[in-house]
Amino acid sequence: MDFNHNDDRQMLGDTLGRYLQQRYPMDIRHGISASQAGWSAEHWTALAELGIVGALFDEAAGGFGGTGFDIAAVFEQLGKALVVEPFLGTLMAGRVLAKAGGQEAILSDAITGTTILAFAHEEAQSHYDLADIATQAGEDQALTGAKAVVPQIEAASHILISARVAGSPGEEGGIDLFLVRAGATGAAVRGYPMIDGGRGGELTLAGAPAILVAGDGYPLIEDAVAAGIVALSWEAVGIMDVIKAATLDYLRTRKQFGVPIGKFQALQHRMATIALEIEQARSAAINAAAALDEPRIKRERAVSAAKYTIGRVGTLVAEEAIQLHGGIGMTWELPLSHYAKRLTMIGHQLGDEDHHLARFAALGRLL
Amino acid sequence: MNLDFTPEEEEFRAEVRSFLREKLPGRISEKVRTGKRLTKQDHEEWHAILHDRGWLATHWPTEYGGPGWSVAQAYIFDVETALAHAPRIIPFGLSMLGPVLIKYGSPEQKSHWLPRILDGSNWWCQGYSEPGAGSDLASLKTRAVREGDHYVLNGQKTWTTLGQHADMIFCLVRTSTEGKKQEGISFLLVDMNTPGVEVRPIILLEGEHEVNEVFFTDVRVPVENLVGEENKGWTYAKYLLTYERTNIAGVGASMAAFNHLRHVAKTQRKFGRPLAEGPLFAARLARLEIDLENMKTTNLRVLSASDGGAASLELGAMLKIRGTEIRQEITSLTRRALGPYAQPFVSEALDEGYNGQPVGPDYAAPVTVDYFNNRKLSIFGGSNEIQREIITKAMLEL
Repeated sequence: MDFNHNDDRQMLGDTLGRYLQQRYPMDIRHGISASQAGWSAEHWTALAELGIVGALFDEAAGGFGGTGFDIAAVFEQLGKALVVEPFLGTLMAGRVLAKAGGQEAILSDAITGTTILAFAHEEAQSHYDLADIATQAGEDQALTGAKAVVPQIEAASHILISARVAGSPGEEGGIDLFLVRAGATGAAVRGYPMIDGGRGGELTLAGAPAILVAGDGYPLIEDAVAAGIVALSWEAVGIMDVIKAATLDYLRTRKQFGVPIGKFQALQHRMATIALEIEQARSAAINAAAALDEPRIKRERAVSAAKYTIGRVGTLVAEEAIQLHGGIGMTWELPLSHYAKRLTMIGHQLGDEDHHLARFAALGRLL
Repeated sequence: MNLDFTPEEEEFRAEVRSFLREKLPGRISEKVRTGKRLTKQDHEEWHAILHDRGWLATHWPTEYGGPGWSVAQAYIFDVETALAHAPRIIPFGLSMLGPVLIKYGSPEQKSHWLPRILDGSNWWCQGYSEPGAGSDLASLKTRAVREGDHYVLNGQKTWTTLGQHADMIFCLVRTSTEGKKQEGISFLLVDMNTPGVEVRPIILLEGEHEVNEVFFTDVRVPVENLVGEENKGWTYAKYLLTYERTNIAGVGASMAAFNHLRHVAKTQRKFGRPLAEGPLFAARLARLEIDLENMKTTNLRVLSASDGGAASLELGAMLKIRGTEIRQEITSLTRRALGPYAQPFVSEALDEGYNGQPVGPDYAAPVTVDYFNNRKLSIFGGSNEIQREIITKAMLEL
């Protein structure tokens, strides 16, 4: 048993953390987030050159990491700096390409930072159900349908898309995976800003030309989503550590009734609960990272347990941190409020706590 | 990071399992499994079996008769014994007094008392709480006044667990009223057969006799029974809080209790299907199972960071809170799963050899008793509210 990162991962995390601290402070981040693009090509290239994208993939895929704990080390740091660049889409779509094979050139360009990938799977009606896919692949692999709230889809040069070749929405079988070039005829993106920073978009497909990446792609989707949940869980852990430090600092320094407010028992107890729950969330994120390469049921149970825990604890920590800060916690000016927003919105990506609690229970019946 | 136990640790697990298969008496494990009352003799029998193997004082150094285990081994032992329905090891002598004597006791005290803890010559109980000193333990009033070679003890202790079985009690007593209240406390070992010691039972809400009041009236205690220095007892008492953290979360016991809950929830039926498959109950079970899985990992993180015994106060406090909350939730869901059969209370059904017809399912009798009894978990050992203050004060350092 060892709960420390190995030296390589420690160094990776430190390198990334240092870069973000120096070059991606909050005012720069806000500027990038509010820009027309909603992400920074300059930082993306620099981070790819540091090997941050390569760390998300294993050697067979041209990277030098790819385990749950590699993903953990990267996303924990991304969370601490509220990075808006398209790491999640690149991780998930890249993981599918790596496991499916046959797209080595695109994957290699993604790792060097010259290509950016988006993962367009969910649809307006799916509400986190991975099998509820209605987009159709027609003859000549032309895709027709719509994909919902795809993070940083405008940044992507290639979009990984799930579409039905058989069956009906809700069935795991009959879903194939395709790649569409950004700007292809019949692939329209309506982009918009996200409340927690960066941009997302709706993808409308009307006979868009695509290449087939994998047939019967449901297991690949589940695997990519598992990796995405590990990533989001660790992003949340990074955010929660920042929130915890900021809130403790506030309890120490803010005075009311002539004493630091941390002297008040009502606030002490709430703070203790926050700290306790963050440690539980960290444990859940560790369990999920450790299970990423395990057999399906074990992996999916750990991943759903983590996403449930992160969803529950994340909301608690965000709400309590705002409450403990009082009025100032409500302001745009205080960085804390942006961490609270991102933490809450993580609960809306790849399944919320209710979804994953029900899923955990259902998977348990398969044991 | 690596969450796996080493091959050596897995071998050790196999060794513990095979020991339990061979040596844990079926009569006793059956009583534990079915929630029957354990007698003093049951506990003594199991302690003797463990002592025989050298596995009783799991946290003591080898020179005093401990097995010299790593924290991982102690954890594995805790989990495996709980899953095999072994009785818990009675902690007062082994986990509480023993470590204090090993660290602060005189050579004479160590050579006299430690072997007697191991071989069961003494049954110890703990004299900390008083009617006016619960969470605010340092305000305790039991007085010990030095008179020649003796301390003369007057006062009252309460919530003395299994004091009815004990022949020795370790006490925190007031030897000075000067300065801060923590600075006038001493740690005394008292023979309960001394004239002036009186034990009276306290019957708890579920009807069981588990705790007692202990009264001291002019009890004469030889001065050689003072541990460490006079007025330093608070330091020794606090040491207990940081010493034994392997088991504070009660992981093994909660795993065993959760397995039982799952069995009950699968057996009980509603709307023609197992209760465990009803959406609301399934969600409650899933929430609990996830909380337990998370706590297991938190517990291992604390252990692995603290190989050697001592963990940070705040992490220990977190484990105490979450561990007791989980255990209480397990007993609560088990009670709910019984539906109306949570109500009947046939006390004799909890005694060994009862052969009456069970009321309702055969596992029903102890469930509600266990639920009410375990309300104590969030109160004793420093209430969960006190633990929350420990956590925040350690983090804030105000």
